[in-house]
Amino acid sequence: MAKLMVVFRTSPYGTIYSFEGLENVLIMGAYDQDVSVLFIDDGVLAIKKGMDNSSTGIKDFSPTFRALEAYDIEKIFIDRTSMESRGLKLEDLVIEPEIIEADAVEKMMEEQKNFFMF
Amino acid sequence: MLHLINKSPFESMSLEDCLKYANKGASILLYEDGIYAAMPGTAVSERMAGVTADYKVYALKEDMMLRGVDKVMDGVTEIDYAGFVGLVEESKTASW
Repeated sequence: MAKLMVVFRTSPYGTIYSFEGLENVLIMGAYDQDVSVLFIDDGVLAIKKGMDNSSTGIKDFSPTFRALEAYDIEKIFIDRTSMESRGLKLEDLVIEPEIIEADAVEKMMEEQKNFFMF
Repeated sequence: MLHLINKSPFESMSLEDCLKYANKGASILLYEDGIYAAMPGTAVSERMAGVTADYKVYALKEDMMLRGVDKVMDGVTEIDYAGFVGLVEESKTASW
């Protein structure tokens, strides 16, 4: 089982990257890989609670993050500084990632066979 | 003049670039990822407090809702699509 990490570093709707990242996580999860997920920079905004697409009709994919556990993806991390600098706390998020510090990020990447930035 | 900003202030310099040239009293409309600049309690809130003192700052409600941002900081006015159109009708616009 390969160790793979998907890193979310872009905002959810400004570009398609965040959505594509989520698709990738789900595909890797379905193939029973050792997948972990990390939210940094504007990527933390993808899991903010309270998204309401009723006036824009744009697909709200934030609830899908809650399905990660069903795919046995339980190693989910968030960078503290990225979260706090955007005024967010754990209770503002649709899932509960483990908070890590920025200096742990590079080591985490090095431990992977592959990592993917979105 | 109406300045249009649609990039996140955490990832882009477009708002800062705009502010270098916009004269005080001008209007700035935050839309799409630009609305993140108006979220209360962030790393740019202090900077934005200064901006709202010098400029008329608006945030597009529909784009806030989509992103789960339910309130803006003091000094920022929420507007909807109709308000956006109204502002565009009465001003020259610059997209940054």
